[in-house]
Amino acid sequence: MAKKFTLDEFFETLKKYNVEEIEGVRIEGDLEIEIEPGSGIDANLIGAIAMLSNYMQLIQEFGNFIYHTNMALTYLQRLSQALGIQMPAGMQMPSAQPAPAVQEVTPVEVPKFKIPEKLISAKFEPYKVEYPGTIEEVTLGATRADGGTREVTITIGGEKSLAFYNFDAQNPNIPVIAIDVFDRKPMLAKAVREHYEDVLEDPAEWAKKAVKDFGADLVTLHLISTDPLLEDTPASEAVKVVEDVLQAVKVPLIIGGSGNKEKDPEVLEKAAEVAEGERIMLASATLDMDWERIGNAAKKYGHVVLSWTQMDINNQKTLNRYLLKRVGIDRNSIVMDPTTAALGYGLDYAFTNMERIRISGLRGDTDLNFPMSSGTTNAWGAREAWMKDSPIEGDTPWGPRELRGPIWEIVTGMTLALAGVDMFMMMHPGALAVMKEWMKMLSGVIEESIENVDDWITMEV
Amino acid sequence: MKVKSPLEVYKYLPQTNCGECGYDTCMSFAAQIIDRNVKPTDCPPLVENAKKDKKFEKKLNELITLTSPEIAEVIIGSGESAVKIGGEDVLHRHELTFFNPPAFFFDVHDNMDEALIDERCSRVVEYRKFYVGDFITLEGIAVRCVSNDPEKFRKVAKKVAEYGKPMILISLNPDCMRAALEEVADQKPLMYAATEQNWRKFLELALEFKVPVTIRSRDLDILKSIAKTFKENGVSEIVLDPVTEPVGKGLRETFERVVQIRRTGILGEDKDISYPIMITPISAWLIDGDDITRGYWETVIASTFITKYADIMIFRNLEQYTVMPSVVLRYNIYTDPRTPVQVEPGLREINNPSPDDPVFITTNFALTYYTVESDLSSSNIKCWLLVLDTEGLGVEVSVAGGQFTAAKVKDLIQETGIEQKVNHKFLVIPGLAARLQGAIEDETGWTVLVGPMDSGRIKGWLEQQWPPESGE
Repeated sequence: MAKKFTLDEFFETLKKYNVEEIEGVRIEGDLEIEIEPGSGIDANLIGAIAMLSNYMQLIQEFGNFIYHTNMALTYLQRLSQALGIQMPAGMQMPSAQPAPAVQEVTPVEVPKFKIPEKLISAKFEPYKVEYPGTIEEVTLGATRADGGTREVTITIGGEKSLAFYNFDAQNPNIPVIAIDVFDRKPMLAKAVREHYEDVLEDPAEWAKKAVKDFGADLVTLHLISTDPLLEDTPASEAVKVVEDVLQAVKVPLIIGGSGNKEKDPEVLEKAAEVAEGERIMLASATLDMDWERIGNAAKKYGHVVLSWTQMDINNQKTLNRYLLKRVGIDRNSIVMDPTTAALGYGLDYAFTNMERIRISGLRGDTDLNFPMSSGTTNAWGAREAWMKDSPIEGDTPWGPRELRGPIWEIVTGMTLALAGVDMFMMMHPGALAVMKEWMKMLSGVIEESIENVDDWITMEV
Repeated sequence: MKVKSPLEVYKYLPQTNCGECGYDTCMSFAAQIIDRNVKPTDCPPLVENAKKDKKFEKKLNELITLTSPEIAEVIIGSGESAVKIGGEDVLHRHELTFFNPPAFFFDVHDNMDEALIDERCSRVVEYRKFYVGDFITLEGIAVRCVSNDPEKFRKVAKKVAEYGKPMILISLNPDCMRAALEEVADQKPLMYAATEQNWRKFLELALEFKVPVTIRSRDLDILKSIAKTFKENGVSEIVLDPVTEPVGKGLRETFERVVQIRRTGILGEDKDISYPIMITPISAWLIDGDDITRGYWETVIASTFITKYADIMIFRNLEQYTVMPSVVLRYNIYTDPRTPVQVEPGLREINNPSPDDPVFITTNFALTYYTVESDLSSSNIKCWLLVLDTEGLGVEVSVAGGQFTAAKVKDLIQETGIEQKVNHKFLVIPGLAARLQGAIEDETGWTVLVGPMDSGRIKGWLEQQWPPESGE
């Protein structure tokens, strides 16, 4: 009786041979392996061989791809392990089953329809679109050479075509992602909080983690403790954290207030002062607060200002014009936040508003041709992102929220990326990784592709 | 649609203002045609005249051509569950609206256990996601032929057909396709797919069984050539699959192909490729990684192309982390931006309230209303909810814009007869409407309590504030 062996042992055995040999194995439709009944060889082995040959091929073909995917998606895999979902090995790769030989069909009847022998040859001529306008390029952060202490700077904008329409005109910059950091413990969804549990009390450590562990391009520091309804930290004291964070990380910073209309101008002014030369972004100037004071602070200390309006293209024009004309901000120092609503909670309004703003900018409206930023973290406000299960009777159960939350942030961000957003403020490291991967692919930075794109048609999963 | 103004349509109408169409004037009917709410054939005199007179028939056909959507419409399935795809007129939703949301199909295959096929089909049939007052459902089932065995495929297609959902039959082998069509052609499944290799056989099948067909090619010249050949040989129910490549350069090129096809169809007026577009998020299952990684990537592909021009999609993952974001995004993108989404104003009874329970008021903006309503229901709060007609605007905007006023609140209280249903006169208004507190009290004589800014906090608020101190 033959020795029983597992699939893993079988793989081990085959590893002794080189890949060419395995690739050379032809699996015929009538593949037959002599197996005596009771020989102890698992009947699945035949299938396994077929799969194996395919598996080796796949490894060769996507070697590079796997490398990238693993980097970006490690989080997801850890997640699935934590949830007790098995990592399938090669066994779950799409399998090319040995195809039963298809018998030649000999037509017995005269065909009922007249079928031409040849295709009518036609040429696809893509319709060309060109825009007269260009979105302004805005650089955040300043290195020593420019009077700052940043090791990297970030440039956004510069588009001449719609987002990822590089076939119309190559857009020079890929959108970037900032991670939110708060100067006091904020309310966070569990799925987000668990990634920052150890740094919630320390904004500098938090910023480090965001950059080093999670790959944030920038950090947004929200000085929410200045809120009169919270600690009401005086502006001069609150901005000490700005200095700490500037020390802790070498990427450009965005500084936000608490959203309090009366206090934010003072807080942002102080922040602008302590960060002089660093070319931070002040978040944000709005129509219903003292935008002039915030704008002046940006101008005086050489920073960028975020022009934030509530989903209204005309208000956006108005505020931009105030900042340009009345304050005299340079055109390369304005970024717009036209407001982000979460998937399912007004995303359609946010998407269309941003898409219209971008198209207007490209068509030559110089009040609107600035890069856009999105507070994508808003996605976590959607109950689908955090609630344990549906409160609605009759709903199909929602499944584990650990998986729903990140995807809610991803889809909100992706949709707005397609509307033209240049900078995302996000929180979940897995969401950030997936967004980056996808944007790099659409921008042509990640090239590694899959060749056998027909295989899903016959794969056995 | 070739015409942009009602005047251009009006020229073709009888101009008698007979009202048979249901609109007072021919001009308003013309405006409805432009908005795609009605079709030329909804004008009875126009149709009658065309029957009698060749000249009128020609005119009607001209109008139909002028007003038909830029992208062809294709119907998959039969009866009530049939789904219409395509029919788009614009590249950006703010230019008009998108019309037919991409139809979602989920796969089974013919080497699957019967029990698993049943389970997957049932999940598709039973899927429900409550959103803006209704349940979102899934459209259909895609049956893949993995066995390459016509008889096996026939059997499984027949079995799946019993679920009554629209179907896509997937096999590049015309013999397998024929076997399945012999069983289920009357349900008008979509064939997948004709290629450069098999197109002659698939053209024959499309003509013989009168079912819609998908054409698959990465090469857009070939895609167009096959589509043109099919069209000129009498097949017009066509779906284009420019091949979904899941990652890297392939994904980027897929994006380019899809955008180019749709843009060249609508702006370039190339009728040979003005058909619905197929995207296959299921291609994500070709990448390396575990099921969750692939499920996530399926959503990434789906989201990309829900936003950009897909009309029909094939998925594999039925887990909510893939399905829910996809159905909600689809709903959002295909919401008509011309009309704010609103609900009926009036009085709602939440959790069988008694006369002692509180009275809340909110707006008839659907998103606001359903958020409030579901917060109250899910927290088991017994209450009366007044829904004010704010013309579909949210609280903050309608307070500022004058659609949420004390006078309208007074009218609503009278119309609904809420005074007779409760034994108190306390009205809780949204935190965002706080500034109306005094005005509403003066106008109605009720005592107005200002509730929280977010309806999610009503439960905690009630614990502190209800029942209110009486005898003031």
